[in-house]
Amino acid sequence: MLRIENLRVEVGGKEILKDVNLEIPPGETYVLFGPNGSGKTSLMMTIMGFSGYIVTGGKIIFKGQDITHMPIHERATLGIGVSFQRPPTIHGLKTRSMVELCSKNPETDVDKLAASLNLTEFLDRDVNENFSGGEIKRCELLQLMAQEPDLVLLDEPESGVDLVNISLVGESINRLLGRKLDPPKGECHRNFIEKRAKSALVITHTGYILDYITADKGQVLYDGVICCRRNAREILKWIHEYGYRECVQCTN
Amino acid sequence: MHKLDKKAANVPIEASTFDQDVDLKRYSDRLEEHSYIDDLAEINAADTEQMLKVGVDTREKDRIGTFIQKDSSVLHCKTKQDGVEVMGITHAIKKYDWLENYLWKGVDPDTDKYTRQAKLKPTEGYFIRVLPGVKTAYPIQSCLYIAKEDSAQNVHNIVIAEEGSELHIITGCATAPHVVSGLHVGVSEFYIKRGAKLTFTMIHNWGKEVAVRPRTVAYVEEDGVLVSNYISLKHVRTLQMYPTTYLNGKGAVARFNSVLVAPTGSRLDIGSRIVLNAPETRAEIISRAITTGGVIIARGSLAGKYPGVKAHLECKGLILSDGLIHAIPELEGHVAGVEMSHEAAVGKIAREEIEYLMARGLDEEAAISTIVRGFLNVDIEGLPPSLKKELDIAIAESEKDMF
Repeated sequence: MLRIENLRVEVGGKEILKDVNLEIPPGETYVLFGPNGSGKTSLMMTIMGFSGYIVTGGKIIFKGQDITHMPIHERATLGIGVSFQRPPTIHGLKTRSMVELCSKNPETDVDKLAASLNLTEFLDRDVNENFSGGEIKRCELLQLMAQEPDLVLLDEPESGVDLVNISLVGESINRLLGRKLDPPKGECHRNFIEKRAKSALVITHTGYILDYITADKGQVLYDGVICCRRNAREILKWIHEYGYRECVQCTN
Repeated sequence: MHKLDKKAANVPIEASTFDQDVDLKRYSDRLEEHSYIDDLAEINAADTEQMLKVGVDTREKDRIGTFIQKDSSVLHCKTKQDGVEVMGITHAIKKYDWLENYLWKGVDPDTDKYTRQAKLKPTEGYFIRVLPGVKTAYPIQSCLYIAKEDSAQNVHNIVIAEEGSELHIITGCATAPHVVSGLHVGVSEFYIKRGAKLTFTMIHNWGKEVAVRPRTVAYVEEDGVLVSNYISLKHVRTLQMYPTTYLNGKGAVARFNSVLVAPTGSRLDIGSRIVLNAPETRAEIISRAITTGGVIIARGSLAGKYPGVKAHLECKGLILSDGLIHAIPELEGHVAGVEMSHEAAVGKIAREEIEYLMARGLDEEAAISTIVRGFLNVDIEGLPPSLKKELDIAIAESEKDMF
C-alpha cells in the first residue's frame, strides 16, 4: 500500500527526517511511536504533501505510484486520508458541509455518521470552531468516515479525548479500517477479514489507543530515523520500562 | 417646511470634501415616469430578474407586502397584512399630518450636498409603518429601481415600528441591466418604538458606474431592537454610507452585519455608528469585506455613554488581489463601566486552511472558493431561505470574477 524509501525531509531549512524507510502492506495497521519532536507529525505531513515539508531525497510510493511530488488533493483522491492533530478552524463552513465535501458517495448519511461519533449537535457549527481537543479528534474521524480512504494516517487520535468517548473513537477507527467485528449480513467473518484492504499508520505518544484498536506492527521514530520494527505492545512496554533512548540503543 | 428647504439650500453644491466627490450636475433630474401596475406579473422579465437578485420577489412568495419604485414613480404598492402600512412618501405626507414630526428629524437636510439634493429635488421614497403590537411572520419587500441612464434618484424613506411591533423589511436597490451610470441618494429615517423589533435587510446591485449616497439615522427606544443587514457583492463606482443609530431607551439593542465585495474599480466607504445612550443597551457591528482589486473602507464606530453598556465591533477583510481594505474601528467610552471591544483583521487566506481542505480531496481552486464562501457566510438573522439561496448564487457568481 505505502512504501517510503530513504526519505529525507527539511522543515524551515532544518533536516527533520534523515533516512526513513517504511512499508505498510494492504490491510495492515502500523503504529508509530516516538518522543516529542522526533518527526512523527512531519512524516505524516510529508506523506500527505503539505507545503513547508521539503523532500530532499528518497521517494514515497502509494499503490505503486510515485506520489513524492503529487499535489495534496490528488493524494487524497488516490486514497490517503489524514486525521490532523491541530486542524485549522474554517469560519463560516458548517461541519455538515465539510463532511459532505469529504464524501465521495452522495448517499452518505451524514446524520448517522455524526450520531455514531456523538457529534450530532456539532454538524451545525463551524468546522473546529471552539472545539475541544477531543471534539476535534472525533470530527476528524467523522470526515474520514465520509472520505473512506484506503490508507488512514492518524496523528495521536486519542489525545484530548475523554474516557467516555475514547472507546467511541477506537470503534470508529476500527470501522474506518474494516476491522469492526460486525461483517455485513450474510458474509462470514473470515471472508470479511480477508477482503480487508484498508491500511493505517497511527501516531501515538502514550499508546492508550492500543487498548481499543489492533495493531499489526509497531515502529519507533527517533531523531528522524526509524529504528525499531516489532510488535506494537512489546515496544510500548519497553518504552514504559526504559524510555525511548534505551529502546533505541537496544534495538540498533 | 420652507425653513428646512432654506437650510438645505445653504449647503454648497461644490465638491464634497469628504471621500470621493460625486458631481451632481452630471445627472439628470428629469426621471422617467411610469404608470402604476396592479399585477406584478406585468413587470418585464429583465426587471423581474434584476429585482429577484436583490431579494425582491415579484411572485411575492413569503412576503406580506411590496413597494416598488421605478425611477420616480411608485410602480406598485400593497400589503397583505392588517396593521402594516406601505405607501409612497408623497402620499404619506398628504395622508398624515403628524409625519412632520418624523421627517428630517433624524437626518439634517444640511448635512451635506446629498441631503440637500434629497430635500430640494425629492423623487419619492417609501413610507412603511407597522402598528402597535402587530407582528409579521414574513418580510415586506421594497425595491428602489433606476431604469434611466445618468439620472438621479433622490428618495426619502421613513420606517416606523410602533410599540411592541415586529417587522422585517427587505430592501433591494438596483439598476436595470442596461443602466451603466446613475446616482442614488437615499435619506432614511427609522423609528423603532418601545419593545419593537425591526430587521432591515438591504441588498445592493448597481450598474458599474453608479454613485450611491445613502444617509440613514435610526432611533431605538426602550427594549427596541434594530437588526440591519447590508449586502453589496457587485461592481459599483462609489458607494458611501454611515448609518447612525441612537439607542435611547433602556435595554435597546442594535446589530449591524455587512457583507462587502469590491471588484476592481469599485470604492465602498461603508461604516455604521451606534451610540449607546441608555442603560443596558447593547450593540454589535460585524463586517466581512473582500477586495478583488477595489477599495473598501470599513468603518465602525461605537460610542458608550452609559455605565454597563456592552458593545462589540468585528471587522474582517480578505485581500484576494491587490486593492485596499482600510479598517477603521473606533470605540468611544464616555463613562466608567462601559464594556466595549473590537477585533479587526485584514489578510489573505491561510495556506493551512487551503491545504486542510485539499487533504479532503478538494483541488486548490475549490478549496479557496469554499473558504471564501464561508468567510462571507455571516449568519444573517431572519433571512428567508429563498433569499439565502439567491445570495449563495450571487456569492458563487461574484466568485467567478474573483479568480
